[in-house]
Amino acid sequence: MNIHEYQGKEILRKYGVAVPNGKVAFSPEEAVKVAKELGSNVIVVKAQIHAGGRGKAGGVKIAKNLEEVRTYAKELLGKILVTHQTGPEGKEIKRLYIEEGSDIKKEYYLSFVLDRATSRVTLMGSEEGGMDIEEVAETSPEKIFKEVIDPVTGLLPFQARRMAFNMNIPAKLVNKASKLMLGLYQAFVEKDASILEINPLVVTGNDEVVALDAKFNFDANALYRHKDIVELRDYDEEDPKEIEASKYDLSYIPLDGNIGCMVNGAGLAMATMDTISYYGGKPANFLDVGGGATTEKVTEAFKIILSDPNVKGIFVNIFGGIMKCDVIAEGVITAAKQLGLKVPLVVRLEGTNVDLGKELLNASGLNIVAADSMADGAEKIVELVG
Amino acid sequence: MSVYINADTKVIVQGITGETALFHTKQMLEYGTKIVAGVTPGKGGQEIEGVPVFNTVEEAVQETGANVSVIYVPAPFAADAIMEAVDAELDLTICITEHIPVLDMVKVKRYMEGKKTRLVGPNCPGVITADECKIGIMPGYIHTKGHVGVVSRSGTLTYEAVHQLTQAGIGQSTAVGIGGDPVNGTNFIDVLSEFNNDPETYAVVMIGEIGGTAEEEAAEWIKANMTKPVVGFIGGQTAPPGKRMGHAGAIISGGKGTAKEKIKAMNNAGIEVAATPSVIGETLIKVLKEKGLYEKCKTH
Repeated sequence: MNIHEYQGKEILRKYGVAVPNGKVAFSPEEAVKVAKELGSNVIVVKAQIHAGGRGKAGGVKIAKNLEEVRTYAKELLGKILVTHQTGPEGKEIKRLYIEEGSDIKKEYYLSFVLDRATSRVTLMGSEEGGMDIEEVAETSPEKIFKEVIDPVTGLLPFQARRMAFNMNIPAKLVNKASKLMLGLYQAFVEKDASILEINPLVVTGNDEVVALDAKFNFDANALYRHKDIVELRDYDEEDPKEIEASKYDLSYIPLDGNIGCMVNGAGLAMATMDTISYYGGKPANFLDVGGGATTEKVTEAFKIILSDPNVKGIFVNIFGGIMKCDVIAEGVITAAKQLGLKVPLVVRLEGTNVDLGKELLNASGLNIVAADSMADGAEKIVELVG
Repeated sequence: MSVYINADTKVIVQGITGETALFHTKQMLEYGTKIVAGVTPGKGGQEIEGVPVFNTVEEAVQETGANVSVIYVPAPFAADAIMEAVDAELDLTICITEHIPVLDMVKVKRYMEGKKTRLVGPNCPGVITADECKIGIMPGYIHTKGHVGVVSRSGTLTYEAVHQLTQAGIGQSTAVGIGGDPVNGTNFIDVLSEFNNDPETYAVVMIGEIGGTAEEEAAEWIKANMTKPVVGFIGGQTAPPGKRMGHAGAIISGGKGTAKEKIKAMNNAGIEVAATPSVIGETLIKVLKEKGLYEKCKTH
């Protein structure tokens, strides 16, 4: 789960991490009010959307006075911002972050991520701040430093200092920088983050080390123990179908094709998309109903697939292990009857309770095309959709 | 022979009183798995499906001599259950539970350092040695005893591959689901080296998916060490970047972890990769014939 920059900075303040003063604003009036309170000569007006590359896309404006704050706020609110991370359709700006300007002397890069190879949280830092770290990794990998963190001790002060020295942070500011890193690590583990990226981290004219941006991503599997983080979720930033799916614990990702897919298991769901593409079709979605699906869940999954107007046919591909085929069959039948299914439906069932599942489908009287295998089903639905 | 588990394996079911665990305990018993104990804290002294229930794993081991456990405990308590199995010095613990917070698993991995227990999973279908021992949630009837090892990050794709092999008359030695999480106990290389040393395994099917670089590392290892033919499949060739495809570990981020890169690395290591999951069986048979192993692997 992602949150906005201003929410991320509020979390960081609680962990003693230096961030510039600022507040969120939902209207030009509010923006001016916040700017007045900040009383700074330079005010930064920053678009709040869940995507990076906002600066380059024109989503960050520097205002010299309150009138400029008002003008920029009016200009940005309601605008569709297209960055390299939003896709061509862009994202509508509904919130602004109004922040005091910082006297930037130099920009750096810092992040905490999970390193799969070591199964440890890793601190990454570089003196090449303000640009994509992937780009730095391409052009000057020798400028990226890593500290692997032992979960028992947490990030150790000497590791943070070593990182600060490696990043060429001025010697007199190394202690400030390492204190900031320790605060970031604390926030990362206590809130179950999966990514915490500070890009840029800056050293200012008056010798402060400040997090000028904050990108948090949280582990969805740990949200049950962080009610405060769940409250920060911004539904405007998500596809309504994804929101609906998450209510029923379904894993759904919209795609741009016309064949709706309902599959159990993430691997099989991906492979089903691959197979549909192999036979010349285009999947409309990824949907994993998961292991513990109930009839109700399957019905909801069907509704979500059908709420996509592009869907011209549905392929249900189930290989039951933990998932029982009769439960899927009942869900399909209930949904098809409730929704008055008008598009072709191909069903392939295999695995636990398969005979029971097939019997239920046969006895339902519904117009369901049965498939013997994943390939057979993919071929049939591609042909039916045309 | 087989890897990890066989007819002598004595199994504890951790979380045996849960609904899912109960269903699969019955299925495992029906398959012939020697389930000797269940563990649910506070329910010790009961009996379920004829299996005695204990309060702790330690007690279950002492009373029954079990050497392997399978975990169906809900995600918030699963990391603790794994560490309890490790503390009881089991040979192997297989964690079926999905949605365990990743930082919990980081702690588990640290706790396991220097200890004897192997962890398979979490978020996996389990391990099965056909006709001998089934531990997990996979449907038993699709497996046939034979000589092909299967290792996979995906549960349902493993069933798909095994089903094809069985239909084509190719039996399996052991099928191991290593799970779809970014931090897990056993990786491809661990299982591949077991298969390499198992005299009853003649060839291996390896099923990967997008995200991370485990397949690339396995390909390197295979090139340097593997004496048996390997065929592969990579799921997620059409997955968009930046989206988590169901499994916590299945995400293309920063241009890394794409199916294309993985397939390239596998091809470079001499691994034949099936174009679609439907032809995993065919691809294996082709390779077996080339290597003169087809007759030896055919079970009927």
